[in-house]
Amino acid sequence: MATKAAPAHHEAAHDHAEHPHPGFWRQYVFSVDHKVIGIQYAVTGLLFLLFGFCLIMLMRWQLAFPGRALPWLGQLLGEARMPGGSMLPEFYNELGAMHGTIMVFLGVVPLAVGGFGNFVLPLQIGAPDMAFPRINMASYWSYFLGGITMLASFFVPGGAAQSGWTSYAPLAVIAGQGQTIWLLGMVLLITSSLLGSINFIVTTVQLRAPGLTWFRLPFFVWAQLVTSFLLLLAFPPLEAAGIMQLMDRVAGSSFFMPSGLVVSGQQVAYTGGGNPLLWQHLFWFLAHPEVYVLILPAFGIVAEVIANNTRKPVFGYKMMVYAVWFLGFMSFIVWAHHMFFTGMGTTMAAFFQTTTMIISIPSVVLLSSLLLSLWGGSIRFNAPMLFALAFLPMFGIGGLTGLPLGLSAADIPLHDTYYVIGHFHYVVAPGTLFALFAGIYYWFPKATGRKMNDFLGKLHFWPSLIFMNGIFMPMFIQGLAGVSRRLYDGGASYDFAQDVIHWNVFMSMSAWGLGLSQIPFIINFFRSIKHGEKVGDNPWDATTLEWAAPSPPPHGNFITEPSVHRGPYEYSVPGHPSDFTPQFLSAQKAG
Amino acid sequence: MEIPYTVAERPDTGLNNGKIAIWLFLASEVMLFGALFASYLMLRMGAAPGAWPRGDSILNVPLATVNTVVLITSSVTMVMAWASLKRNDFGKFRLYQALTVLAGFGFLGIKYVEYSTKFHHGLFPSTNTFLAIYFTLTGLHGLHVIGGMAVNAYLWGPGSKLWKTSPEHFTNRVENSGLFWHFVDLVWIFLFPILYLL
Repeated sequence: MATKAAPAHHEAAHDHAEHPHPGFWRQYVFSVDHKVIGIQYAVTGLLFLLFGFCLIMLMRWQLAFPGRALPWLGQLLGEARMPGGSMLPEFYNELGAMHGTIMVFLGVVPLAVGGFGNFVLPLQIGAPDMAFPRINMASYWSYFLGGITMLASFFVPGGAAQSGWTSYAPLAVIAGQGQTIWLLGMVLLITSSLLGSINFIVTTVQLRAPGLTWFRLPFFVWAQLVTSFLLLLAFPPLEAAGIMQLMDRVAGSSFFMPSGLVVSGQQVAYTGGGNPLLWQHLFWFLAHPEVYVLILPAFGIVAEVIANNTRKPVFGYKMMVYAVWFLGFMSFIVWAHHMFFTGMGTTMAAFFQTTTMIISIPSVVLLSSLLLSLWGGSIRFNAPMLFALAFLPMFGIGGLTGLPLGLSAADIPLHDTYYVIGHFHYVVAPGTLFALFAGIYYWFPKATGRKMNDFLGKLHFWPSLIFMNGIFMPMFIQGLAGVSRRLYDGGASYDFAQDVIHWNVFMSMSAWGLGLSQIPFIINFFRSIKHGEKVGDNPWDATTLEWAAPSPPPHGNFITEPSVHRGPYEYSVPGHPSDFTPQFLSAQKAG
Repeated sequence: MEIPYTVAERPDTGLNNGKIAIWLFLASEVMLFGALFASYLMLRMGAAPGAWPRGDSILNVPLATVNTVVLITSSVTMVMAWASLKRNDFGKFRLYQALTVLAGFGFLGIKYVEYSTKFHHGLFPSTNTFLAIYFTLTGLHGLHVIGGMAVNAYLWGPGSKLWKTSPEHFTNRVENSGLFWHFVDLVWIFLFPILYLL
């Protein structure tokens, strides 16, 4: 289908597959090259991250100054959403639901898996491309359409989805039209991730270069492989749940509608007999593995950057590989720790809190291995490394604060408070996002042939680190005081919250400060494409295969097919003339 | 640029790319239908005593039995189509492939009769949870039947040109679409007793 889009300005080009000038549309828009698709995914993902962040910056105005009119921007958003400039509760709910949806499904996952996975994975295993280039393109465009669908939902009558990113029934079933669009958007996103995950697994299994045995794979590849299995097997149950919610909304069935449900004093027009908990089970069956989809690629990136910048092998590589598989497996049987409050019974709670405690073990193995990797290294503190280093304590805080939530007794006072928000944002925001930034600074030279500016990188890093903590640390304080996460006024009308709500202004200021801290990154990103320092194929003196290809790699990636002679992190090998021995260096040359 | 192992098998894995992909796809399909079957269980277990109707009191068991036979037959012709290619008999392949697609039409025709009778009697997904899960499961299965028929029809028609240039590649494609078709058949083998008989 995409060949049609290519303008045939070279009449002689019968062998279009090999043709060096495939035309603008084929090369940059409907490309089947994994690198172009990876960059498309990454840029689209970054734009959605920015958009989702703007939504929360808007919400933080309402939380810091409840009811106060927002100057200038408030008028711009119109009377239907912000009459007189002050935010309506319905609009607040829209922003909340869409912030979660966009950040998780349209921002972080597409950047971490679609972007980094697509760009880096085939290069790291020495493959010419993904196993199914056209399916790869279909995956991106399906994601793109899903994103457009989600954005379009802001403009339907009643606005976008308002029932949270979790879309709990029966609230979501009786919600406005935006929810139907949300479900349709999710179907497109699930299709995209299905196509992508199959492609990643087949590529990793089949297209490894000669000599690249399983235990010579860089850890990044392992992380992406396990992530792909999670996407492949965890998303379909959400698709099933989405179909059922769509049936409830469109065909009037009662999958999630209990008998005798009364809303606003009126019995709803459903026959009933359904089960609202069914939605929660199916949703969290996806959404807990999804948490690991968010975090595993980050671990993969951090492992690469840390090994490269400590100039020594990562500590416990094999143990990390076993841990990541065990983590992936366990992530399928912990989902109901999100549901301790639903009255599912203590036996179920006991089972799920046990599995939750067990799954923390491989997480600790991964984190400890990366931390111990620093020991005795001659560390280079460049921009990618700073972000990778900050990932460790930030993810550590996020992980450790999760343990009380995984125990059903401790979960009772903490459930649905700001403590929960603080916990998972520490995992995903200064955790995963910092790792993704590390990846962008680290692989930018491979994609463009130029380095990003290190000073601007540090100007991006330090304020980001401070403001991230400024936003999320006070959430633990508020959460421990019992402030609910769902309050439209940030707790102003609740007596018990009075001692801690002064933090709201501080947190909002930090959020806006975090927004400003991204300006050096945006400038750096665009400036470096044209004006960055020109670099060779292997600017970081790295060992893995992607650095054997030219920067940027041509269609088909490698000039000569690479072969692999050793493990992924042979840094500072005693007796070797330089402090890195690349995987692609043959045994004679390595001496 | 050529993607390795699209046709030939990779020596150390013993598989070609397409074969792994179709099995992975089927694994995700198992999770999709598995979630719906699990939902069926949870809804039925949670139903008020006597509220859940027996399938055979509402649904047409004889028609569904015929449909089961039709679908199993189509799985047999699907294998025959693939085996004909293995024996280098392209004419036989066209015959069996056409029969497979026709059987799909037969299945959908009978399903249409069943659906329209239900609608005629005022039985809709909104009537009760049993009918809701019945329409959802059989509807989703029906979409899979249509998808499988589309692929099979393509391989019978324009897609079969590949036989002339790369018979092995074409045979692999027929094998993979056959695997999907058997899966669709297998889903029905579960649907039939669970919805109609129990």
